[in-house]
Amino acid sequence: MSRRWLAVSMALVLTLALAGSVFAQSVTIIARAVEGGVNAHVVQWIHEHVFPAFQEKMRQQGRTVELRFIQFGGSDEALKQQYALDLSVGAGADIMAFDGFWVPEFVAAGYLKPLDEVAGSGVWNWEGWQHIPEGLRGLLGFEGRVYGLGLGTDVRKLYYRADLFEQAGIPLPWEPKTWDDVLETARYLKQRFPGSTPLQINAGTSMGEATTMQGYFMVLLGTGIHMYDFEQGKWIVEHPGILDTLKLYKQIYVDEGLGDRRMQLLAQGREQSFAGFRDGRIMILAEGDWFWRSVVAPGSEWAPPGGREAVVRWAPFPAQAAGKGYGGHDFVSISGGTGYVLNPFSKNPDLAWELLSFMFSTDMMLALQEIQPGIRIRDDVPVLGDPVMSAMAEKLLPVSTVRPMLPDYPRISVEAQLMTERVITGEMTPEEAMKAYADAVVELVGEENVIRVK
Amino acid sequence: MVRRDQVALLSGRMGLAFLSPALIFIILFLLFPFLWVVVISFTDRTLLGASAVSPEFVGLKNYLALFNPERWMRRGEFGYSLYLTLIFVASCVAGQMGLGITLSLLFFHREGVLKEVMYTLVTLAWILPEAAMAFTWSAFFDRDAGTLNTILGWFGLGPYDWLLDYPLLSIIIFNIWRGTAFSMLLMSAALGSIRPSYIETAMVAGASPWQRFRDIMFPLVRPQFLTGIVLITLWTFNVFSPFLLTQGGPAFQTEIVAIHTYRVAFRFYEFGRGSAIAVVVMLVNLLLASVYLLSQRRQGVRFR
Repeated sequence: MSRRWLAVSMALVLTLALAGSVFAQSVTIIARAVEGGVNAHVVQWIHEHVFPAFQEKMRQQGRTVELRFIQFGGSDEALKQQYALDLSVGAGADIMAFDGFWVPEFVAAGYLKPLDEVAGSGVWNWEGWQHIPEGLRGLLGFEGRVYGLGLGTDVRKLYYRADLFEQAGIPLPWEPKTWDDVLETARYLKQRFPGSTPLQINAGTSMGEATTMQGYFMVLLGTGIHMYDFEQGKWIVEHPGILDTLKLYKQIYVDEGLGDRRMQLLAQGREQSFAGFRDGRIMILAEGDWFWRSVVAPGSEWAPPGGREAVVRWAPFPAQAAGKGYGGHDFVSISGGTGYVLNPFSKNPDLAWELLSFMFSTDMMLALQEIQPGIRIRDDVPVLGDPVMSAMAEKLLPVSTVRPMLPDYPRISVEAQLMTERVITGEMTPEEAMKAYADAVVELVGEENVIRVK
Repeated sequence: MVRRDQVALLSGRMGLAFLSPALIFIILFLLFPFLWVVVISFTDRTLLGASAVSPEFVGLKNYLALFNPERWMRRGEFGYSLYLTLIFVASCVAGQMGLGITLSLLFFHREGVLKEVMYTLVTLAWILPEAAMAFTWSAFFDRDAGTLNTILGWFGLGPYDWLLDYPLLSIIIFNIWRGTAFSMLLMSAALGSIRPSYIETAMVAGASPWQRFRDIMFPLVRPQFLTGIVLITLWTFNVFSPFLLTQGGPAFQTEIVAIHTYRVAFRFYEFGRGSAIAVVVMLVNLLLASVYLLSQRRQGVRFR
């Protein structure tokens, strides 16, 4: 009896194996990108360049593969949620667009595996590694292991409306040296354009990581500290710098009404801030590269009248006072990195790696640069045809810092967002909000992992 | 009275056999997950991070954190969310029952186009898909281009920033609008079952409309009225759709318990803490459900 079962199952396995070779191998990619919507350039890149070229390459090798791109239209937070739920049950697309700071949490949970574990040590033979600087290999890494390939990095700064500045008689280029310079200009603009809320520095939980990166971090770094002390390996939860940061928020949103806190509290607030900048209600906005590359780019729904090149300028985000910024700099920036990881539960990990490394080949990266120039990870792929992007990278990359790549970071980041929210709604004073933040962080990481500076 | 087992068509064992498919499903998809949630609520399990792989038993820590007196009434904490839910449920029940009974009285013993149109519209609000309705309502409440502010503008009022300054009121209005159909249908059915002769007699005796309502109609429909209250309370307590309108914000001011549970468990991925909330909510639901069952039983006794 048992022998018969064995024979049947053997036959079954054989049939399946044979059938498998008849059916094409398939690979899926997922990213937060929608045709005609958010990150439309990624859809264009994948559909018009990557897939046709890769299919052609496969055809030459006599292989048939099936490629599919899943367009995800929700928020970054929703995408992360989708990944967490997918990977926790061993499902999901083979190649996933990933934000670098998510990696540690996913690795700690066992949902991601290093590239060479997923696709074999052969991954190290890829030609691309020679063109990726050592320091940038860890863009999607954790504790020295590499989980994916980073597309590139970015920097943050203040964007301003040159046309309205000119109209108000502010000399260009605008180069604020201190927080007070920024406030001064904002006060003047508010008075010059009644009904406007000229200055927007992100706050609140509704905007998610955009608050931490474009808002809280940019202000905090200007006081000379970081959220995390890299030398001691501890979180700074009480510090005069945090208080100064919160006081600046209070000044902007509560005391002087220089910013519109509505946008920081409602859902879709970030989109509203883009619209505000387009319509000239906001004239100074703290944002990252993405704002320049995608949000105000020609053809975007938020492109300002007159066109990006004519009316949108940028200035480095100044420290509280000259030389007071993190690392002793006069101005500050923080960089993130996004890219693509391999799903460790992929059924075709080898093919997935073949496609992933193909996406990061010089040719494909150049194709992406032509659609939307950015700061790329490969040293043989320059920022093409966008002098503004090049200038921003040149000026700000040297002063820029990064987030702590730790599993606890994302939750603590939310607590920081909450802290700013409590101040701009007037629910708490800066002192109370910092205390609540300290309590929450201690609950997450323990008293032994925090620093309090009076 | 006839004893039940004497009229039974099947033996107890056969009965059990016929019930077993349903029982298996209930155990598999209801009882087992429920017990699982209770177990998880005593651990620090998360979806991401190290405690996803090796959750630890933490005893009552999750429950104590929910009721930490120092901050449980803070915005975004469990106590505050319960408090919001209380206001939300009370207002919705009062609004839905009040509107429902008013509408059914207005059209009591009346036929015609107006009634048909009204009932269709109210019922439509109930059966249209949630997500589509939420989008419509966010357009309705919009500060700059919203329908509500446009209408108020005709009377020289506003504009108000509904979702920013009156978020809780906004979701209450939304939910009442959506849920009135149920109480209206329930109450008009109940009123329809009153014998016309009762009311005619009262009219002959010279009772005013209010007296007719207070002394004749309301006492006769009280059981249905109470049922409506308890059922709407139960449903409203668990309602999640305001999330589509406000996502629980701004600054957690519309974070009723269902949304709070969702945020903790599926946005912060804290399954342990989220499960503890779910267990507490479940207990509240059990309490509400038993009130309902008790009131049913008492009515049953009275009518027998």
